[in-house]
Amino acid sequence: MNSDLASEMLSLSLEHLAMVAIAIAIAGAIALPAGVLLSRRPGPRRWAVGFANIAQTIPSLALFGFLVPLPLIGGIGKRTAIVALCLYALLPILRNTLLGITGVDASVRESAVAMGMTARQILWQVELPLAAPSIVAGLRLATVATIGTATIAAAIGGGGLGVFIFRGISMVDAPTVLAGALPAAAMALLADGGLEWIERKLSPA
Amino acid sequence: MCEVVFPPCPFSLTHGSLTEQAKGDRPSHSASIGRTVPHALLEIRNLSYSLGGRAILRDISLDVREGETVVLLGRSGSGKTTLLKTVNELIAATSGTIRFEGRLAAEWDPIHLRRRMGYVIQDGGLFPHWTVEANVALVPRLAAWPPQRIAHRVEELLTAVGLAPAEFRGRYPRRLSGGEKQRVGIARALAADPPLLLFDEPFAALDPITRLDLQRLFLELRRSVRKTALFVTHDIREAMMLASRIALLKDGALDLLAEPREFRAADTPEARAFLAGLEQNGSAENWSQDEQRPRL
Ligand SMILES: Nc1ncnc2c1ncn2[C@@H]1O[C@H](COP(=O)(O)OP(=O)(O)O)[C@@H](O)[C@H]1O
Ligand SMILES: [Mg+2]
Repeated sequence: MNSDLASEMLSLSLEHLAMVAIAIAIAGAIALPAGVLLSRRPGPRRWAVGFANIAQTIPSLALFGFLVPLPLIGGIGKRTAIVALCLYALLPILRNTLLGITGVDASVRESAVAMGMTARQILWQVELPLAAPSIVAGLRLATVATIGTATIAAAIGGGGLGVFIFRGISMVDAPTVLAGALPAAAMALLADGGLEWIERKLSPA
Repeated sequence: MCEVVFPPCPFSLTHGSLTEQAKGDRPSHSASIGRTVPHALLEIRNLSYSLGGRAILRDISLDVREGETVVLLGRSGSGKTTLLKTVNELIAATSGTIRFEGRLAAEWDPIHLRRRMGYVIQDGGLFPHWTVEANVALVPRLAAWPPQRIAHRVEELLTAVGLAPAEFRGRYPRRLSGGEKQRVGIARALAADPPLLLFDEPFAALDPITRLDLQRLFLELRRSVRKTALFVTHDIREAMMLASRIALLKDGALDLLAEPREFRAADTPEARAFLAGLEQNGSAENWSQDEQRPRL
């Protein structure tokens, strides 16, 4: 029984981790380029940040519930869970990318243009490196929050550590809840610490 | 372009010359001597710029000839920065033309044009995530010089602006004083030996003693590398000290264009207003005299 529990903890932890990693990767792949594009357009920026803000305010259980009946992205299972997690992760990544890029000192950007750098060179050599700590901070926020939120995936058949938590609740068995909650908390702490370390490394000397 | 330097260059550069002209990777300016219609290095003609229906520059015509320093003098808001920015196409003028090295600005690729104009602004605009060396190396690197040549060039330039390379090469801008930042900014602007230097109040934020050091450095560098410069300031003393000619801007229009000596006797109200400040703060004669102006 004990080794069964241990192996289930391990497999659910891996499932959890995979779900979070995929959700963050997709959210990053959308929010990072979107942040770069929107940093140049104040008009659309307001709309996009507004949308991401609204996505953030929907209670997570409700969002999972909304998505289930939808065609294509909906249904029971992992895919729906990942879509929901993505929607949550978008805002912190988008907002911090925007903050990082728009926060680049005007005199630095002006010098870059005036010295004859192309728009692409300015983006890759000046704006992104200077925005990197802020972007990583956004990824950190998104990752830590997603690790927690992903426990709800179990409610729609997405698996992950939430399986223990929901099972423990229905059995009124605290140790089973902890078997899900503790690994999730440890994962969140590790992700937080690791990404914070990267963030510090990327900050200018 | 710059050949014999007299009086002897204050920094004897042991290797190479600050002007890179020997490398043969850019057109020679002395070619312009043989031209039938000689162009000034920079020709600004009837330049106007309006923003939201408001005229910010009004019909400005101005030449900057090779080897001279034209100082754009004017009150805050008179349009100095705007004029400087139209020169390297950071701003597109509403009407009028700019000709650089004989070619209309419109014919230049803006990126290429800007790499032929060094640019220094008030707070340096150094890249905070790059070392001094990387900052100075910017334009040579963009122009894909070989690394050896870049390293050599950086060393030469840091020495020329009075920063010991061994001590400063690896520093980040946040660990530099205001004066050191401006020295690095000047080194960066000179790096690829651009024919024209654009300075926008580069010394305005410095304490008076450091400012004087930097102004002297500017004069020394001009002697040694014979650069052409368009230099913005609101400080009449600085203008008197550095200018071959002073272009006085008032409300976006050229109020007066004169050599410092003539400027002293000028009688436009705006010129008198500036000169009054000069008399009050003691004489600047010492500055304007010891500097022999580049021959024209
Ligand atoms: N981006 C801008 N938007 C609106 N007005 C501007 C802008 N830039 C400059 N101006 C106006 O243009 C005028 C000239 O400005 P500027 O060239 O910066 O003057 P200076 O450098 O001589 O202090 C000022 O009246 C300023 O208010
Ligand atoms: Mg200005």
